[in-house]
Amino acid sequence: MTQPLALTAAQKAGPKTTLALIGLVFAVLIAMPVLSLLPADNPLHVSAYTLTLVGKILCYAIMALALDLVWGYAGLLSLGHGLFFALGGYAMGMYLMRQASGDGLPAFMSFLAWNEMPWYWYGTSSFFWSMCLVVLVPGLLAFVFGFFAFRSRIKGVYFSIMTQALTFAGMLLFFRNETGFGGNNGFTGFTTILGYGVATPGTRASLFLATVVLLGASLYLGWRLAQSKFGRILTAVRDAENRLMFCGYDPRGFKLFVWTLSAILCGLAGALYVPQVGIINPSEMAPTQSIEAAVWVALGGRGTLIGPLLGAGLVNGMKSWFTVAFPEYWLFFLGALFIVVTLFLPKGVFGLLKRKEDA
Amino acid sequence: MTSTSTPQLMLEPVLDAGQTRDSIGLGHRAQKSLDVRHGTVLTLEDINVSFDGFKALRDLTLYIGVGELRCIIGPNGAGKTTLMDVITGKTRPDSGVAFFGETLDLTKMSEVAIAQSGIGRKFQKPTVFEALSVFENLELAQKTNKSVWASLRAKLTGEQRDRIDEILTTIRLDASRERAAGLLSHGQKQFLEIGMLLIQEPQLLLLDEPVAGMTDAETEFTAELFKSLAGKHSLMVVEHDMGFVGSIADHVTVLHQGHVLAEGSLEHVQANERVIEVYLGR
Repeated sequence: MTQPLALTAAQKAGPKTTLALIGLVFAVLIAMPVLSLLPADNPLHVSAYTLTLVGKILCYAIMALALDLVWGYAGLLSLGHGLFFALGGYAMGMYLMRQASGDGLPAFMSFLAWNEMPWYWYGTSSFFWSMCLVVLVPGLLAFVFGFFAFRSRIKGVYFSIMTQALTFAGMLLFFRNETGFGGNNGFTGFTTILGYGVATPGTRASLFLATVVLLGASLYLGWRLAQSKFGRILTAVRDAENRLMFCGYDPRGFKLFVWTLSAILCGLAGALYVPQVGIINPSEMAPTQSIEAAVWVALGGRGTLIGPLLGAGLVNGMKSWFTVAFPEYWLFFLGALFIVVTLFLPKGVFGLLKRKEDA
Repeated sequence: MTSTSTPQLMLEPVLDAGQTRDSIGLGHRAQKSLDVRHGTVLTLEDINVSFDGFKALRDLTLYIGVGELRCIIGPNGAGKTTLMDVITGKTRPDSGVAFFGETLDLTKMSEVAIAQSGIGRKFQKPTVFEALSVFENLELAQKTNKSVWASLRAKLTGEQRDRIDEILTTIRLDASRERAAGLLSHGQKQFLEIGMLLIQEPQLLLLDEPVAGMTDAETEFTAELFKSLAGKHSLMVVEHDMGFVGSIADHVTVLHQGHVLAEGSLEHVQANERVIEVYLGR
């Protein structure tokens, strides 16, 4: 019985190193916004560019984590998570547009010669209501979509295709000027958030910190879920749904819960993404965007909580370097990376790290 | 296994019992104990099932008594698996009566509701949760509140832990409790699945070829286990292995082309001329 012994040893040593690493990364992440407030000539100063870039990657990391909850644990590959991310972003964007336009209509509506705002814009000048929208819109959409999809027992590749179609439909809808979300230009030209300038160092640092907190909270939530009986039931849904039904569990409720939760997390990440990046437009809903998110998760290692964060960080980090150094080769490189991981690292980069640790 | 006319990936929506909790997929609260006043745990009368014109079951009538151990035998395509599908709600009969106990109409219940009310099923191919450990497999199967909210807050009580330990000893997997179920041998998986059924505490166990792929020693042990279960539970075993059937069954039903051909003790059935003709050969 050497197997259980080796397993417990790995379990004992593994989490400690992992926890220490996570602690270190979070310490660096918390230090970054503080350092960004230092004067520009200080050697430890973090530039606004770096802070925004890392903040953006952190938002993507939250999205990757949310996708991993449904894909890695419950086995539902969503190719439409970009939609939930963008919807959260648009809800935040509505508030920012109202801040920028004051008592008047947002600029793009004036260009369309509209006299009044569409009904769904009411209340968006309130920060609180906009935050409610950030949660409610992606959450409700996911709930309704999931309710019908799971009731009809749509699984596997059919489910992926439907989510892909959903985000594509969302993109086409938001591209239209008549929809009332700024058409293909989306929202930009933000000025203030809660009365503070969006681009001031203090606001940037606060938004960054909020993102780090959300990431930490999502990680903790995911960890608690994975440890609970609920998490084990999700794994069971993924591996043998029929068996689970004959054990007396109704898989629909479990799938719907994690699916909706994942969409809400995505929405929150999108809401923090928009003020940091300064723009939201329908291209965030492009099918390729959602597919890329799936690549981050696969690359990092699905079914682990740290893997997707690593994947999102690695791919986006490389992307920002590559698109500057060799812009025309980025997509080839991304494709090659995906092939290498699929062929040689079935458990992703995190699986590789774990194997080294165990040995 | 496939017995529905639609592809497996896109099964037809289940017909719900119409209860609100069920229709929104929140799962079921544990039901009251089964009403078996007249001594029959399962009543099937004049069941008909057809797939695209092919009659899988024809006017099938079958009763299973409380605590009975019944073996179902029959040549390939006799409708044995379809019969199990009808009982567990996977397939809806075109006509006929199917009652669990005296009060539960199986033709109107969802698969989950049927499992919750006390019918456990073992698949032909051993199906366990491969990524989870043996212990966790039993934990999930254990009889308890199986709704989403309960699962989010669930913690094992000492009593439940003891019960799992007890089952682990019964199915002789005590030493591999922490192993991933996917790493077990074929026979061990069969036992784990039987253990998962037992811990569900069902009134009626449906077992589809439980000894397929088992060694002789394992088969013998399974026979003993089933005999010890009869009385406490009702068992319905579909099996091809005649030696195994002979060692456990007091009552055998022979199916042929979706119809009950003969019923009685194994000797009685084996002596029946029509049975010899269609099944036992020549």
